[in-house]
Amino acid sequence: MTDILIDIKHKTYPAKGSAQAHIAIKELKLLLKSHEFVCLIGPSGCGKTTLLNSIAALDNDFDGEILVGQQHVSPKIGYVFQNPRLLPWRTVRENIELVLNKNDDRQIIETLLETMQLKHLQQVYPEHLSLGMSRRISIIRAFAINPDVLLMDEPFVSLDAPSARQVRQLLLTLWQQRPHTILFVTHDLREAITLADKLVFLSSPPMKIVSEINVPIARDKRDDESIIEAFRQQLITDYPDIKTLL
Amino acid sequence: MVFPKLSTHFLATLSLIILLLLWQGFAVYLNNNTLPLPITVINVLWQEITTGELLYHLGVTLLRLVISFSIAMPLGCAIGIVLGRNQQLNAFFDNWLVIFLNIPALVTIILCYVWFGLTESAAILAVVINKLPNVVVTIREGTRALNQELLEMAHCYNFNKRKTFIHVIWPQLHPFVMAATRSGLALIWKIILVVELLGRSNGMGYQLHIFFQLFDVTSILAYTIAFVTVIQLIELVLLKPLDRKAKRWRR
Repeated sequence: MTDILIDIKHKTYPAKGSAQAHIAIKELKLLLKSHEFVCLIGPSGCGKTTLLNSIAALDNDFDGEILVGQQHVSPKIGYVFQNPRLLPWRTVRENIELVLNKNDDRQIIETLLETMQLKHLQQVYPEHLSLGMSRRISIIRAFAINPDVLLMDEPFVSLDAPSARQVRQLLLTLWQQRPHTILFVTHDLREAITLADKLVFLSSPPMKIVSEINVPIARDKRDDESIIEAFRQQLITDYPDIKTLL
Repeated sequence: MVFPKLSTHFLATLSLIILLLLWQGFAVYLNNNTLPLPITVINVLWQEITTGELLYHLGVTLLRLVISFSIAMPLGCAIGIVLGRNQQLNAFFDNWLVIFLNIPALVTIILCYVWFGLTESAAILAVVINKLPNVVVTIREGTRALNQELLEMAHCYNFNKRKTFIHVIWPQLHPFVMAATRSGLALIWKIILVVELLGRSNGMGYQLHIFFQLFDVTSILAYTIAFVTVIQLIELVLLKPLDRKAKRWRR
């Protein structure tokens, strides 16, 4: 069980120098059910990354609580950051291997590299890669640990359309093979509808939830662009608030 | 570029030859004992090497250099990392650091000899005390400049302390460690000579002291050449390859 209960009363960045104190999140309450695929949608700078960092326990300086899974077991969290954050002085292969524990199976790296068609780049240093490639490596890194919770911060942004489609497909396959909870930040409503069980719309700061909407489209119908587009149109007419957030 | 077609190799050799020619020119022009001809110095150098005199004193000095260096570097790195990571400790020890940085080397040396006697360990201690603050300051700067994003990544993926240090922190500190090593080597060997001059009865410093009393400029220059050569060798054989190895990932 890896339900995530997020209950942030307050997250404030204190005033620093001439910058005023900034209230990033206020009264945000969200329950992510185990094995659910949730997309967060909101304007840029609204605090989505702050929220992911809080869940990943990188930022514990907020008022409220986040319960991930059962309290006494800390879940494995895979985090695909907005920047790839690869270690430039380690090869692609080493970068991925480093996140595994000693007795984890290395076979998964082979499989993932192969599926992403990046196997020939194993021994290359990240500085020689394009941003899109680095991004895919950082996605592989997050997949490789078999996470209980996968946090993805606009992971497909600088990928060309075919790679994005390919990675999206891989993400769904892996998620279906080995269900885990996914929290996926995006600006792209179509992408969100294609992927998510649930869409969560967030307001500009102080961030709170505008609406939570379940996506009722069956998984095998998600390839159909017209169904996605129809749902999108309907969303925008049903919830006029959403339009301002996109 | 002024010499677009000349290789850097050639330029380096050329500059050395010109330096030698300048020396030769001045020596011929002055024509007295205070500036001997290069060839005279080379002769003396050869003589000192064949009698074993120079090698003995050079060896003693190098041994002191190695010992004090291998105490000061790891210690300085450790303190630097701790101060760079911990603001409170840094606020507390910052004054100490500034004071130690500004105590003249000569004062440290004299005090060490007065307090601990004219012993080998007092000599080493004096060198270490002189060198340590420089290492600490350099490494502290390096630690402050550590990439926060990569540290977060390491934290998120549950890297333990050892893994984080080896794979995330150390590679980022490497250029700072190399800088501290280079400047440290230059600093240490200058200080060691003074330490030897004041309170030891062997080593380069001691020899130079004797040559000074005899006004033997030829020997002083011969010893200088030997020392500079050794330090250059250390740079070429040890530091440059280390640099290359650490930089191989760069574009």
